[in-house]
Amino acid sequence: MDLEAVLETCREMFQDPTFAAVRRWKAAHPGRKAIGCFPVYVPEEIIHAAGMLPVSLFGGGNMIEIDHADSRIQSFICSISRSTLELGLTGRLDVFDGLVFPSICDVARNLSGVWQRNFPHQLSFYIHFAQNIYSVNAVPYLRSEYDRLRQALEELGGMPITEEALRHSIAVYNENRALLRQLYDLKRRSPEKVSMAETYTLVRAGGLMPKEEHNALLRQVLPALEARQARPMDRIRVVLDGAFCEQPPIEVIMGIEQAGCYILDDDFAVGRRWLEAPVALDGEAADALTALARAFIRHSLPSPVRYDGPRVRTQRFLEKCQALQVDGVLFVWAKFCDPAQFDYVLLKDALDRAHIPHLAIEFEEKMSVFELVRSQVETFVESILFYS
Amino acid sequence: MDSQDGKATPELKHQGAGRWLQKEMMSDYYRALSEAPEKGEPVAYLFISGNVGELMRAFGFHVCFPEVNALQCGIKHISPQYLLRSEDAGYSADVCGYVKNDIGLLLSGNKTPFAHVPPPSLLVCNYAGCTTYIKWWEALAEYYGCPIFVLDSPYNRLEHIRREDIDYVVGQLKELIAVCEQVTGRRFDIDRLRETLALARQAEELWVKILHACKHSPSPLDAYFEAVFLMAPIYTLRGTPQSVQYFQAVLQEIEERLAYGLGPVPQERFRIVMEGPPPWPKFRTFWEMFKGWGAVTVASTYSKVGGLWDVTGRYHDPDHPLESIAEYTLNCYVNWSLPRRRQLLLDYARDYSADGIVIHSVKSCRSFAAGEADFREEFSKELDIPTLLIESDLIDPRYFSDAQMKNRIDAFFESLEHRKYVAARAASLPSPNREGGGGEVQIRAD
Repeated sequence: MDLEAVLETCREMFQDPTFAAVRRWKAAHPGRKAIGCFPVYVPEEIIHAAGMLPVSLFGGGNMIEIDHADSRIQSFICSISRSTLELGLTGRLDVFDGLVFPSICDVARNLSGVWQRNFPHQLSFYIHFAQNIYSVNAVPYLRSEYDRLRQALEELGGMPITEEALRHSIAVYNENRALLRQLYDLKRRSPEKVSMAETYTLVRAGGLMPKEEHNALLRQVLPALEARQARPMDRIRVVLDGAFCEQPPIEVIMGIEQAGCYILDDDFAVGRRWLEAPVALDGEAADALTALARAFIRHSLPSPVRYDGPRVRTQRFLEKCQALQVDGVLFVWAKFCDPAQFDYVLLKDALDRAHIPHLAIEFEEKMSVFELVRSQVETFVESILFYS
Repeated sequence: MDSQDGKATPELKHQGAGRWLQKEMMSDYYRALSEAPEKGEPVAYLFISGNVGELMRAFGFHVCFPEVNALQCGIKHISPQYLLRSEDAGYSADVCGYVKNDIGLLLSGNKTPFAHVPPPSLLVCNYAGCTTYIKWWEALAEYYGCPIFVLDSPYNRLEHIRREDIDYVVGQLKELIAVCEQVTGRRFDIDRLRETLALARQAEELWVKILHACKHSPSPLDAYFEAVFLMAPIYTLRGTPQSVQYFQAVLQEIEERLAYGLGPVPQERFRIVMEGPPPWPKFRTFWEMFKGWGAVTVASTYSKVGGLWDVTGRYHDPDHPLESIAEYTLNCYVNWSLPRRRQLLLDYARDYSADGIVIHSVKSCRSFAAGEADFREEFSKELDIPTLLIESDLIDPRYFSDAQMKNRIDAFFESLEHRKYVAARAASLPSPNREGGGGEVQIRAD
C-alpha cells in the first residue's frame, strides 16, 4: 500500500467542510441516515446499531468564513460553536438527519437549543451524562439516557435497534479502539516512526467513515508505519492537553513537532478513543446499553468535561506524565474554552510540584499565523534541552 | 412624595422596610457564618441555583454561597484585587469572574469587610444549570482538601421534567444525607427537614406574590434592579422563620406602593423584561441608564436563578420532602432548555405587558449567554419585539464601558419611544423628565 497516499486521502477527508465523504456514503446507501456528533462522549455504537453513519463534528476549523453565525453567537464564546452553526446555516450539514450534543459544557448544551430553533427539520438530541459517578444510580440513569437516544433513533429510522445489533456495534467499536491504542502504543514506543500530525489525521478521518472501513484501514496502515525506517531525533518528549473538543489548525500540531517535540499523548478528539478498556459485554445481566453506560462511568479517560472525583484528574494526569517519562507538558486550548482553562490551573500546579516544565498555548480555529506558536515551543524546547 | 394620580402625600409606613431588613439580615447571616469555625459548627458550601439549603440546615450546617460572596465583592467594588490574584495563579482572563473572585479571595486569606469566610466542612456541588460549578468546586476541593459531593441535576432538555430525573436526584439526596450524617455526626431528622421546608414554602409564596404585583401598571417594583437585591434571603436564608417575616414585610411595602400608585420611577414610561445577570460593580450606573427613560423592569430572569416558583407553582413541600427538593433543584432558570427559556421570556413579555426585552449578556457566564444572541435574532427579526442585546460582565468592571453602554441603551429607548408614543400619535404625553404626576420611592442600590 502507498502509505503517503492513504494519509493524503485521510487529510483531504477531514479538511473538507462539505462532508463529501458522508454525501458519497449516503448516495451509496439509499435510505440510510447520517448523524452528526458534537464532541466528546457521544455513544456512537447506538447510532451504528441503527444502521446509520455516526460522524464526528469538529466545527469548521480554518476552512470556512463566518458570515451568518456571528449574529447568533457572541464573540466571547468559543469558535467551534460559531463555526458549527455557520456550517449549519450555510447548508453544509444538511446531509445529516440529526445531530447529537453531549453534556460537555454549557456552550455545547445551549448550542443544542440554538439548533432546535434554527433547524427544526433535523433531529437535535441532547444527552445528559451522569456526573455523580459515585452514585449507585449513575449507571442505570445513564442507561435510561442511552435508551432515550435509542428510541429517538428508532423513530427516525423507522426500525427497531436490536440487542444483537448493539452487541455487534460494540464489538466493531471495541476493535476500533484497540487499533487506535496500537497506533498510540507505536507512537510512544517509536515516536520517530509516526508523527502526531499523521496520527491525528488517521484519527480524524476515522470519524467520517464507517468504523468497519476505518478498522480495515488501520489494519493496513499499522504494519506499514511499523516498517518505516526512521532515525530518532534529538527532541523532547511531551504530552499535550486541552484540545479535547475544539481542534487547533493542523499547522499548530506540525509546528509543535517541528519545533523539537515528540508528542507521546494528547487529548485531541479524545472521544474517538475515550475508553481505557473495551466495553465489556460479559455477564448475563448486563445488556448492551448497560455495558455502554458502565463503560462511561467506570472506564472513560479523565478529561476536563467529566467529573472524576476530588483530585482524580490531577493525580492521573501526573501519573501519565511520569509513566511516559515526559520532559514537559504542552497545554493547548481553544480561546474561551472554560473547562480546559480551569483544569490548567490545577494541572500546572501539580506539574510544578513534580518539577515537570510546562507551556500554555492558546489557539483559535481561524488563526493563520503560526510562527509565534513555533517560536514559543522552540524556546521551551531549548530551555529543556540546554538548561535542565 | 406624590402618587401618580396626584393625590396628597400619603402617610407611608412601610417604605424602605425591605431594604433595611435585608441589610440587617444579611449582616447577621455573615456574622454567624464568620463565627462558625470558633464555635465548631459545620459549614456547607452550596450554589444558589437549586440549592439544598433546607437539607443542610436540618443537619445544623451553616450554608455559605461563594457566588453571593463574589457578588458582594462586586457591588462593594473590591473584586478587582481578587480577580487579579487568581489571574496571577493561572486563571485565564476569559473564565468566569465569580470563580476567580472566589479563588482570589481564598488565596488572599478569605477576609473581607463583610465577613471572614470560613472554610467548608463539606462542599455540595448542586450544579443545576452550570457546568462551571463543577470546575469551581473541583478546585475548592483541591485547595481545601475537604469532602465534596456532586449532586448531579440533569438539564431540562425536554418540555417537561422526566420522572427518571427526579428519581435520580432523590436517590442522590439519600446518598448526600448519609454523607451529612458522617460529616456532622448527627442523625438525619426528617421532622426537622419538614419544618424547614414548611418555612421555605411560606417565604416562596410571599415572594411570588411580590413578583406578580409587577403585572400592575404602574409596576410597584422594579423586577430586576430592586428584585435582585430583595431576593437575597430567598436563597441564603430560606427555611428560617426570619426569612418568612422578611418577605411579609416586603409584601406590605409593595402593597402600600400599589395602594398609592407608587413605583420605582416618577413616571413609568416603558415596561421591560430583563434577561441575564446584572453588572454588579456598575449596578447603580446601569440602573440610572434605565431610570432616566422612565423604564421599569416588570419581569426578569436573573431573579429566578434560584427558583421558578412564579411560573411552575411547584413549591418546597413538607409532605414530599425529598421529591420537592429534587423538583426544585431541576427547575432553576439556567437549568431550563433554551426553547423553554425563550418561551418564558415571551410569556413574561405578554403577561406583564412589556414594551420590549433587554438582554444583558455577560462574558463570565456562558450558561446564561450562549443562545442569548439567537433569542435576539428571533425576537426582533421574526417576532417584531423590540429587543436590545448589550454585553458586559457580572463582576469584572474591565468589561463595562459606561459611554458605550449608555449609547446603546439610549438608542434603544429612542426607538422604543418612537414606536410607543410618537408613532402612536401620543405626542401630548409628558417627556421623561417633566415635573409632576408621579411618585418615586427612594431606593438606593449600594
